[in-house]
Amino acid sequence: MDVLIIHFLNALLYASVLFLIAGGLSLIYGVMRIVNLAHGNIYAVGAYTTAWAVGRMLGSAPAITLYALLPVGAVAAAALGAVLEPTLLRPLYKRAEEYQLLITFGLLLILEDLLRLIWGPYPLSASSLYEALGSLSIGESIYPTYNLAVIVVGGIAAAALWGFVYKTKFGVILRATSQNMRMASALGVNVNRVYVQAFTLGCFMAGLGGAIIVPQQGAVLGMGVDALVLAFVVVVIGGLGSLEGALLGALMVGVVREFGIAFFPEIELAVLYLMASIVLLIRPAGLLGRA
Amino acid sequence: MTSIAAPPKRLLLYALPIVILLLVLPFVVEPYQTVLLSYGLIFAIAALGFNLLLGYTGLLSFGHSAYFGMGAYGVAFIVKYLKITSMEVFLLGGILASTLVAALFGFLCVRYTRIFFGILTLALSQVLWSLAFKFFWITGGTDGLRVPTPSLLGGQVTIALGKAQDKMDFLAHRYYYYVLVIFCVCVAVMWVIVHSPFGKALQAIRDNETRAEFIGVQVWHYRYVAFLVSGAYTGLAGALWVPLNGLTTPDILVWTFSGKIVFFTVLGGFQTFFGPIIGAVVFNYLETYAVGHTVYWQLVLGVVLVVLVLALPAGIVGTANRLFLKVRRAT
Repeated sequence: MDVLIIHFLNALLYASVLFLIAGGLSLIYGVMRIVNLAHGNIYAVGAYTTAWAVGRMLGSAPAITLYALLPVGAVAAAALGAVLEPTLLRPLYKRAEEYQLLITFGLLLILEDLLRLIWGPYPLSASSLYEALGSLSIGESIYPTYNLAVIVVGGIAAAALWGFVYKTKFGVILRATSQNMRMASALGVNVNRVYVQAFTLGCFMAGLGGAIIVPQQGAVLGMGVDALVLAFVVVVIGGLGSLEGALLGALMVGVVREFGIAFFPEIELAVLYLMASIVLLIRPAGLLGRA
Repeated sequence: MTSIAAPPKRLLLYALPIVILLLVLPFVVEPYQTVLLSYGLIFAIAALGFNLLLGYTGLLSFGHSAYFGMGAYGVAFIVKYLKITSMEVFLLGGILASTLVAALFGFLCVRYTRIFFGILTLALSQVLWSLAFKFFWITGGTDGLRVPTPSLLGGQVTIALGKAQDKMDFLAHRYYYYVLVIFCVCVAVMWVIVHSPFGKALQAIRDNETRAEFIGVQVWHYRYVAFLVSGAYTGLAGALWVPLNGLTTPDILVWTFSGKIVFFTVLGGFQTFFGPIIGAVVFNYLETYAVGHTVYWQLVLGVVLVVLVLALPAGIVGTANRLFLKVRRAT
């Protein structure tokens, strides 16, 4: 029973981080109709920046205050997004979508090496934050408190995003632009500004995902590309452009991955991709997507 | 598409000096250069097949690593399980394996277009990658599978036994010519395909799917056949690649390798027939040069790709064509 609870918590942990990455990816696609192949690297930027900031401050500040550094990665990722959208993506909206995939693929290659250039080939760690929280016992097993914190942050982020998109004026404009960009523009919405805001918000979420998981996993090269493929699976299952879909997809992938690793490790990845393929075949727009 | 409709006679006149140059090359340059060019020609075959989908049918596949990888792994399985080292068997096996996979994946994918086609091809290719990665007792996992130097032309041409230094000579001369001949055949066949009624129908589908359907083109059927041909070409390239590389690993099944095939094609220009060929050869030199000179080679390639998309979307051949036309009009 304890083991089952721990598996379940781990699944939620995966799902929280995956939701943050895939939710950003989905938000960007929903509003801008761009599949950002560099999105995983934005997540990696969040992880690296937080790990770097924590590493710099370690020892000179009390451990508890270091938790205030977690959002640094999210802010860095958001800033990067705010710079990238107007410079690289904006010239491409009028062109065929193949070019958008290509330019974000180019961006993926560039960001991958920029991380190596800035922080070197060795992994960065922020594990002091992970260890400082200790662990608590569930039945006869123990479970790291930090993991629970990540799950809580993931839940809060999902709720905040939902409120943001469905309960604020900005959310209305965002959804209006996503449904009909020309009409929104004709009604006086500054579409360029909405685009840069949506892209920044999407990057912020990915960066936050990286920032909160880095104390547990560390930051390594290639983490972005790995995360991107999983985020793809999530949004394909849930529906490209749908935030509820990203949440559902993240939960499904989290559960399948956790139990897959525990019970059928050889085909765990293949099962995930097959799941995505089957969903695409039956409902190409995803489980909760609108075609 | 005035650029591809050039009369074949004049084209042959241009092609002849290039083919002669390629034929004498192994006697002029170092073996390393010929091997490098062999890689470029093999990638060109893959890009040629890929472009039948992107340039002529209007479908962007982000999963062509699957067919390249199936070609390579098909060969490796022939060596591992059948103990055959004949290149002709390799080619047949590689094409067969990749066409089978393309028949299955294509059946699932060609119902969709645009972004969904791209993502579905990507997701399916990742299924193969994860299988190759995890089923290590069959595929060798990340260690991959070794493929020895094959015998060519039904055993007529082989590597001299017991001479280690002969391997380089074999790859730089005998194998290079083998690749070159297959490459020329592939180019000729693809030329015929895209200029046949079948090819014209594909272009009609690309330009306007609804209209094509109204004049009686069975869109699904044509797209499926184009997918099969594309997969078979890429698989052939994979089968040719693996003896040259000596080893096949799951790396060639990862979706970023598919991205590379897309890169070849866009670099050369996907709206032209010869663009993908030039793109693949140039990319191969570019990558080898970048890898040899800096650890940040991905950065170099990424910047090239971004600049290319922003400034030269027509690619090398498309831009050259445009300049050529401009000069001719000016005079």
